[in-house]
Amino acid sequence: MRSLIDIAELSLDEIDSLLATANDIIDNPEKYSEKCKGKKLATLFFEPSTRTRLSFEAAMYELGGNVLGFSEATSSSTAKGESVADTAKTVSCYADIIAMRHPKEGAPLVASMNASIPVINAGDGGHNHPTQTLADLLTIKREKGGFDNLTVGLCGDLKFGRTVHSLINALRRYNNVKFVLISPNELKLPDYIKESLKKDNFEVFETTDLEAAMPKLDILYMTRVQRERFFNEEEYLRLKDSYILTPEKLKNAKSDLSILHPLPRVNEISVAIDDDPRACYFKQVLNGKYMRMALILMLLGVK
Amino acid sequence: MTIDEIKNGIVIDHITAGKGMKIYSLLNLDNLECSVAFIKNAPSRKMGRKDIIKIDADITVDTDILGYIDPDITVNIIKDGKNVEKKRIALPEKLTNVITCKNPRCISGTEQELPQIFKLTDKENRVYRCLYCESKAK
Repeated sequence: MRSLIDIAELSLDEIDSLLATANDIIDNPEKYSEKCKGKKLATLFFEPSTRTRLSFEAAMYELGGNVLGFSEATSSSTAKGESVADTAKTVSCYADIIAMRHPKEGAPLVASMNASIPVINAGDGGHNHPTQTLADLLTIKREKGGFDNLTVGLCGDLKFGRTVHSLINALRRYNNVKFVLISPNELKLPDYIKESLKKDNFEVFETTDLEAAMPKLDILYMTRVQRERFFNEEEYLRLKDSYILTPEKLKNAKSDLSILHPLPRVNEISVAIDDDPRACYFKQVLNGKYMRMALILMLLGVK
Repeated sequence: MTIDEIKNGIVIDHITAGKGMKIYSLLNLDNLECSVAFIKNAPSRKMGRKDIIKIDADITVDTDILGYIDPDITVNIIKDGKNVEKKRIALPEKLTNVITCKNPRCISGTEQELPQIFKLTDKENRVYRCLYCESKAK
């Protein structure tokens, strides 16, 4: 019995196999429409989420399975004080696999230590969000054909952005990937990640200037600069506007750039870019569903 | 200063001066009925000053705690007045219920009876991280 709590638990071969399954699902959806018939996915969402929960539910329905669960902690026994361990043991009696989002970091790990069915981490606080990374990887794979030799720009909140940290951890296992870190000084990538990239001889460029970095990039991964991280409102207002991606800022970008964003977007990508063929963030949403389908099949051991 | 030699027990030696009390407390030595000698700032040729703890009973001490606090410690096992074994302590790979996670967002702060587990993630810099949220031990 296997769970997925952290993207680093998947070997490169397993990621390749998930990508291959997802691509096959995209090409032959009918082949998979009854693969999980009679199986149940429990979506335990202790914190609100639109995209991730619906994506998991859609994934299970498209595999012919069923879904049960809750979408906020107040409608579960947690409101009565039940522990994560007890919830996991209880739900193991009803379902075949769990997707869990929880505001506390490490909660899905605790669930996986107590459940008798696989647990997928669907986001635990600011810690891990492995299925978002799987969605990112499928998008990059489909847009670029592979991961080697890419120059990847990561822009916005690199300090607290869990999706950024997970993506770096996934991409660092491929050859000759270069990272361009674009953020305000206040939201730079944590030193320990930067140091460990440099120690492993990765090329890492750090800048505050998105336009200057643009011409080099094959991938631009945008994230939201979060207001709540700033102590000073003026500082926030000054910084947030420097990272709004507009058509003007794309003037010097490569014609085959891929723009990704884990969403939700607030204002950091102008809607004028949505129709640009380089915008991939809604494809990323769709890819997320396919990767979750592939993951459910893998963890349930369905061939 | 003279302290009687112990017959059967343990001598925790080469404790960095000043860390002895922390070890005394983490090992819960105040709960023991036997004689326990705590020597602070003893002169040492190698270390200048050191702390020593002598326990006059054949008990098992948690070497993970010792290794975490001070991996240069030595533990001597005394049997019939003789030093029969000298153990060097290594940095433990895992710590269970020795330190607690300070991250307010970590599940270990709210989940009932969840053991506090830390893993050694960087031996060179002696960095331990929480098993659940990966926060660095402080």
